[in-house]
Amino acid sequence: MRSDPAGYELITPGSLEGALDLLRREPGNWLPVAGGTEIMVQYSAGRLDARRLLNIWDIPELKQITESGEALRIGGGCTFGQLREHPAVQNHFPLLAVAAAWTGSIANQNRATIAGNIVNASPAADSPPVLLAYEAELELVSTAGTRRVPYCDFHLGYKKTVLKPSELLLAIHLPKRFAEWFRYAQKTGTRKAQAISKVCIAGVGKLRLNRVEAVHVGIGAVAPMPLRLRRTEEVLVGAALTEETIAEAQLALVGEIAPIEDIRSSVEYRRQVAVNLLGDFLRSFAASEPGA
Amino acid sequence: MQKERIVGTPVLRKEGIAKVRGAARYIDDFSFPGMIFGATVRSAIPRGRILSIEFGDGIPWNEFVIVGAKDIPGENTIALINRDWPCLADEFVNHTEEPILLLAHRDRHLLTKAVAAVQIEYEALPSIHSIEESERCDAVIWGEDNVFKKFQIDKGDVDQTWAEADFIVEGEYTTGAQEHLYIENNGVIAAFTLEEGLTVWGSMQCPFYVHKSLVAVSGLAEDKVRIVQVETGGAFGGKEDYPSMIGAHAALLAMKAQRPVKIVYDRMEDMVATTKRHPSRTRIRTAVTKDGKLLGADIEFALDGGAYSTLSPTVLSRGTIHAAGPYFWPNIRVRSKAFATNCPPHGAFRGFGAPQSQFAMERHMDRVAHALGMQPEELRRRNFLRQGLTTATDQEIREAVDLDHLLTRALELSDYQAKRERFERENPAAKQKKGIGFAAFLHGAGFTGSGERYLNSVAAVDATADGRLRVLVSSTEFGQGTNTVLCQIAAEAWGIDYDAVEMAPPDTSIVPNTGPTVASRTTMIVGKLVHSAAIGLKQTLQAGGLLGEEWTTEEFCAAAKAHVARYGALRSDSRYEAPPGIYWDDEKYRGEAYPAFAWAVYVAEVTLDMISYGVTVDNFVAVQEVGRVLNPVLATGQVEGGIAQGIGYALYEKVQWKRGRMMNGQMTNYIIPTSEDIPPIRVYFEELPFAHGAYGAKGVGELPMDGAAPAIVNAVSFAAGTDFNAIPLMPEDICARLVLKTDSVEAVAV
Amino acid sequence: MSRGSYSLRINGERRTVEAYPMERLLDVLRESLGLTGTKEGCGEGECGACSVLINGELVNSCLVPIAQADGADVVTIEGIAKGEELHPAQKAFLTCGGAQCGMCTPGMIVATVHLLNKYPHPTAEQIREGLNGNLCRCTGYMRIFEAVEKAAARGLGQ
Repeated sequence: MRSDPAGYELITPGSLEGALDLLRREPGNWLPVAGGTEIMVQYSAGRLDARRLLNIWDIPELKQITESGEALRIGGGCTFGQLREHPAVQNHFPLLAVAAAWTGSIANQNRATIAGNIVNASPAADSPPVLLAYEAELELVSTAGTRRVPYCDFHLGYKKTVLKPSELLLAIHLPKRFAEWFRYAQKTGTRKAQAISKVCIAGVGKLRLNRVEAVHVGIGAVAPMPLRLRRTEEVLVGAALTEETIAEAQLALVGEIAPIEDIRSSVEYRRQVAVNLLGDFLRSFAASEPGA
Repeated sequence: MQKERIVGTPVLRKEGIAKVRGAARYIDDFSFPGMIFGATVRSAIPRGRILSIEFGDGIPWNEFVIVGAKDIPGENTIALINRDWPCLADEFVNHTEEPILLLAHRDRHLLTKAVAAVQIEYEALPSIHSIEESERCDAVIWGEDNVFKKFQIDKGDVDQTWAEADFIVEGEYTTGAQEHLYIENNGVIAAFTLEEGLTVWGSMQCPFYVHKSLVAVSGLAEDKVRIVQVETGGAFGGKEDYPSMIGAHAALLAMKAQRPVKIVYDRMEDMVATTKRHPSRTRIRTAVTKDGKLLGADIEFALDGGAYSTLSPTVLSRGTIHAAGPYFWPNIRVRSKAFATNCPPHGAFRGFGAPQSQFAMERHMDRVAHALGMQPEELRRRNFLRQGLTTATDQEIREAVDLDHLLTRALELSDYQAKRERFERENPAAKQKKGIGFAAFLHGAGFTGSGERYLNSVAAVDATADGRLRVLVSSTEFGQGTNTVLCQIAAEAWGIDYDAVEMAPPDTSIVPNTGPTVASRTTMIVGKLVHSAAIGLKQTLQAGGLLGEEWTTEEFCAAAKAHVARYGALRSDSRYEAPPGIYWDDEKYRGEAYPAFAWAVYVAEVTLDMISYGVTVDNFVAVQEVGRVLNPVLATGQVEGGIAQGIGYALYEKVQWKRGRMMNGQMTNYIIPTSEDIPPIRVYFEELPFAHGAYGAKGVGELPMDGAAPAIVNAVSFAAGTDFNAIPLMPEDICARLVLKTDSVEAVAV
Repeated sequence: MSRGSYSLRINGERRTVEAYPMERLLDVLRESLGLTGTKEGCGEGECGACSVLINGELVNSCLVPIAQADGADVVTIEGIAKGEELHPAQKAFLTCGGAQCGMCTPGMIVATVHLLNKYPHPTAEQIREGLNGNLCRCTGYMRIFEAVEKAAARGLGQ
């Protein structure tokens, strides 16, 4: 344990209002901490720069999950453990339940929150590719009110997001449009459980008369931030999923991603596995149409 | 004819109840009155001269106890085999993380800040970081040629065999460093008073090794140094030598502070600063006939020993002797060297050189079979050692070992033939390729050659005044079952209940020196001494008329109690005696290398995912002959645990080095298998009782480590259709080989 | 930065501690409350040796600031047995050889109890997943799986 607890403040306003008020009065001074599965690791290692923390673990407004006809609204403070068990998530957004089950261990899933995963902005996080594929919308809140940001616009660069210092991620909105769509998600990690991703991909799509009517592909760990593969999708929309199209899409993919070498893996490996995963997704997608 | 009631049965672990209750106390669970904490300031560079040490601002240095090399009252060395391992760096450092300064303070958090506030300036010197760089003497960092030790084994004349060979097969095989990752980090508490001397409590395997080292460092008399092992949370060899270092550090601080000092490493410090398994490089050249008869082998075996020699000579020794595998070689030459490099010294790790050299031999044998167009199992059958044949050191195999039978059994149990045929058929079209492979291997139990005679171990049993019966040994428990098995043996020898026997505390002021808890020797050799001592105590009671022809447990204890009441003590000691006819030449490295060998064949079934190039082990069969199994649950647990470590060694555990520093010193980035990564493991024992081992036992603890990795890599090579000869074998390596010819940067559409 | 007062139920007993809000629950348990059964293996939430139950949920106590456990119901390894009577999971670990060095054992048993409370008759897959955050270096997990199955067969989960 390489940090001195005496050197840290952690205050618990206990309400959303109290938390937001503090963030308005002293933006940038207080680091919000929910489940702590990222922040506490840095703290234990003596690498946490922030000295003042704002406890948002038990704020009720952050933990609600509400469902309407059109959408599922997930409070940012919901844990991955809660998400994977929630019937509405399992029914309407099964890839999110899958990603939740990938995240760390059971014990970590009981603490790690979806907002924490998003805001921490690790390029290798497990839920962002799924959220990109499902075209999630984020609801950010401050004392000035709430605003909605499409998740695909949230990340500006490596660990840089549009979240203002006075804001919290209140909720994630998922549109209930994907019931009939084909879905696919795969993670390549260092082992079967408790693994950081080397590549993770999520895709949803719809075929019509053997052609791609719509497709959304999100990918993680191959760029400074989670990516929605727009150019790859452009190649696919309207096309038939022949081997030629798949090869073309893979080429587009290689042009869109920017994998790095780090302590876990190499550039070549990440690139090749991303190509393989896309191929596997598209072939499974092609085979999913009845009579395909 | 087995008539035993306790030995051979799965009695419960002696200290098991405390462990499952969370009541077992490890060193960090202890706190002594007045205790303060110690920490280590370590080198930031791999090699160089210390120019200056400054103590930065903002720390109340006058409150700290500070110890440097100049403060060491005795020798500045941690004595193992050689005396080249400094306790604290003086003028020069030879690896990153080398200890330079020790600090102590009552405030643990201030201590952490203080360590960071020590500013050291170095003059960097050229450093070397691989066997090749060391071999070439790019820099000479140790002795005259960077070689800690070398051996040569010669049998017959291998140079004559090349001409008669139908095939000559060559290969180079490498293995990486492996971190022990015991769940409990290294830790000790030291206390010193002038009257009582120095006492060190801690997590360790060998209290008398620590004793010897601390006598040298402290300059105190032997009876003024007392070492006590406390509950130890895993060791695997990683606490054979290192506790002497951390123990010395705490002792030095305690002697200066005149207060108890606790040093417990956190995970990162333990991973980056302490010992690991020696990386290796083996080159094998074999001459073989077209009928698969091995004519000869020329083997070059090299280890990376790190910056100081520590245990490299003995690891090299065992690796050298085991390099020949379980085969009969009419001619063989093994030349081995342990090289110095600028990284933290490598040390003991379960298997101790044998996993390295046998990985090479078992990969090589599969490749030889392939070159001959012969099935790998057939090649083994034609060359296995058996009774009457001699090993590479000319040791005649005296027991009726039947490796052919072990192989047949292992292949049957794993459904090897049918699976191999099916995989061969289905792999070309499969998205997930399957493979199956095996390894045949051996492991010598006990110390090499004259080692046991040199150790001259003594075990004892006694009775206390209140009639409690104890086993007194310096052999320690760290999960492998020492306490349980030794109590089983004593209870069996006395004909009383297992629950009536307890272990005396592993305290050097109480127990005799039974030798180190290493080399798979505890059950076989120490157990035998415990047995003899127990018989001696029983005979004493019988001779004194306190024990009749038959007795209950209560009667036995009452007799012991009465004896103590009458005579003041009841104790029986037994000293090691070498079995007759043991011949070992330390110069030529010939003769009886080990009193006994355990033998095994392991079969691994794997899946290679062609999307991620990840390998999972789906099924594992382990068949071994280990002499008498004294506790089936413990023995099975040892095999399963060793296989899990072998799976990690083969597929997951990679130390990322950067100029001799481990960069992935966290559990997030140094990957061991979780519960989801381990296949079903089926364990089978065969028993050829060994006359000189306790109740016929041989050693089992290290054997599993020798065979898991080659079995797995043989299976992966099968699945991939290409030879892999290096471990750890990561998905990145498989991807690079299969898809990306090395200079290509274009990803290939698959 | 000053200490706060935190009140928790530990193994059924109400306890109050004075601590800095960012002290880890693990350290409060071990040092302030003397409950040394919960272990530190890594300090990064990877090994699970520090596993406890907070309000019935399995968590790594090395990652929980004490301020976030204020008012919580915490169960540690010391609270698994009922006095002298071992929990069926503990008995099964004993008979099946589920503990070797014992360092992962407290966390492993807490995780087992959590698993069996949720799935009284878990499948092999559920067992593996339920223990996926508890690393063991000694056993290779096989004896542990057997222990969990045995405890489940005895019918518990309370």
